[in-house]
Amino acid sequence: MTTLTAEPVEAKVAAKPKTLFSRTPVLTDHITNYCPGCSHGIVQRLIAETIDELGVAGKTIGVSPVGCSVLACEFYSCDMAQAAHGRAPAVATGIKRAHPDNVVFTYQGDGDLASIGMAETVHAATRGEKITVVFINNAIYGMTGGQMAPTSLPGQVTQTSPYGRDVKAVGYPIRVCELLSTLDGVAFAQRVMVDTPKSVRAAKKAIRKAFEYQIEGAGYTIIEVLATCPTNWGLSPTKAFAWMRDNMLPYYPLGVYKDIKAELAAASADAADKGGE
Amino acid sequence: MSEKVLMKGNEALAEAAIRAGCRHFFGYPITPQTEVAAYMAKRMPKIGGTYLQAESEVAAINMVYGASAAGARVMTSSSSPGVSLKMEGISYMIGANLPAVIINVQRGGPGLGGIQPSQADYWMATRAMGHGDGHIIVFAPSTVQEMADLVAKAFDLGDKYRIPVMILADGLLGQMMEPVILPEPIDQENLADKDWALTGHQDQRKHNTISSLFLEPQELENDILKRRERYLIIEQAEPMAQVEYMDDAEVAVVAFGAASRIARSAVNKARANGVKVGLVRPVTLWPFPKDILSAVGDKVKALLCVEFSTGQMIEDVRLAVHDKVPVSFFGHTGGIVPTPDEVVVAIERMVAGEQFHILPFKSRLTGGAS
Repeated sequence: MTTLTAEPVEAKVAAKPKTLFSRTPVLTDHITNYCPGCSHGIVQRLIAETIDELGVAGKTIGVSPVGCSVLACEFYSCDMAQAAHGRAPAVATGIKRAHPDNVVFTYQGDGDLASIGMAETVHAATRGEKITVVFINNAIYGMTGGQMAPTSLPGQVTQTSPYGRDVKAVGYPIRVCELLSTLDGVAFAQRVMVDTPKSVRAAKKAIRKAFEYQIEGAGYTIIEVLATCPTNWGLSPTKAFAWMRDNMLPYYPLGVYKDIKAELAAASADAADKGGE
Repeated sequence: MSEKVLMKGNEALAEAAIRAGCRHFFGYPITPQTEVAAYMAKRMPKIGGTYLQAESEVAAINMVYGASAAGARVMTSSSSPGVSLKMEGISYMIGANLPAVIINVQRGGPGLGGIQPSQADYWMATRAMGHGDGHIIVFAPSTVQEMADLVAKAFDLGDKYRIPVMILADGLLGQMMEPVILPEPIDQENLADKDWALTGHQDQRKHNTISSLFLEPQELENDILKRRERYLIIEQAEPMAQVEYMDDAEVAVVAFGAASRIARSAVNKARANGVKVGLVRPVTLWPFPKDILSAVGDKVKALLCVEFSTGQMIEDVRLAVHDKVPVSFFGHTGGIVPTPDEVVVAIERMVAGEQFHILPFKSRLTGGAS
């Protein structure tokens, strides 16, 4: 039988406080402008941790275009460019072509990436621009107050689809990862979410992989993050995550949509198998 | 000193840009600037530069924004309808204080217009290069030699003032061949360091941000007023105009770009007839050479503007001379180039004391829909 002995009180007081959680260095100490429960903070933190873990803050240049994502300009202490609505992939192209050895990422919302910037997105992807795109899909325009987005779901009520998105009149939501995965310039495309510690860890892994692929020069990389907008959805943060799981997840399945390194590895394993027959 | 070569205006401009240190070019095909892009596509890969055909004019100008933000000497080239599309990016570049050289080899408009030479983008270039309170520097070359010389100056002034600079050419100057002495290539090492550029801070400096966003109204006004201070310096230091035959002139013709060549022929013809007429050719359209025009206005009895439009620069001329003398207009648009003889007739009518604004649909020589 083990005897439990109480620790002396003095020892507890003398112990050095242990830091369990702190700001990762590449984040500035700017106070967040995002609404309570918004997914932006989590995802921006994951990008920041990735930059710091890879030790590339000194050579990273971020691009944040119009929408709530534009605020990211204030939150990173690497070099940052603000871009016009939808144009981040073009701006990132200009930066990367001028400095091929730098790490360049864009941080874009769904209206930005899949509506006004769709041409820039598709063409940067098909050119295989060596950039990393972090795409926040929350199925709504956040900054302008909750209008229908290219990724708003069928029947979804927004300020500009007050009777629900009528697909017969305005068409269907766009599945970005699926669409881009058909392009040869895309090296890596994965859809993730950030609703639980487990999914946050998976999202982090995906973002890190995308940055690593860029650094290796593999091609265009995109991480689509299913996200919430509690304010414009009119839901509490927890209910928003539940709504996202119930409604967005079936339409936008998580997963890896393109991984050219895995494809190459599989192909060479296949060839080796055949060679052995 | 480089030797004299025979080149198309568009190609001379492209080669001069490379010699001025331009190593990045982003564009989209459009007539009549095609030779600029084609020349860049051929040359850039051989000198370690970037030629990239963008998916649109909008993308091209935003690539220019990115490369400029990254500190590069960068250029794009287009023609009127394409420049309309670039306005968004140019406004952002003005707001973010980014230099770049933008070529507009003008064609007829509005809309799809035509593909023949025009000067109808004067207002767009000097008044409205995108939304917001801002300007770009605008150069108007009139020879192939100037196409080359001004593009080099454009890169220097752009970097000096952190402002986009436009070369406002036209299809005539772009397509024609003339002898040209190309400028000597600059040494890239001698270019001033851009400490504001996005290069990655390499843990050596505070991070840089390139942005035109100011959500706090006072900060936005401060930024605009700071830029306006720079505009005032530019308006003092950079206006350029060529003044000819003014010693004994009693009247004068004002024309820029290709129109000034026709005006010069007309002035020579009129002088052969004994008319004492001078010629003023603005080389910078913004800043407009107001003081030079004002001095000319003090000296002559009347002025005549000749443009490939229905009359746009004439507004700046009237402002510069405060309407103290009558300012008349003669022009064609949509690709019809006026003949020197038509301009001679207009000069003679001005000398006779008429004030007119000839629009050619009534009569090319005597029409007076004023």
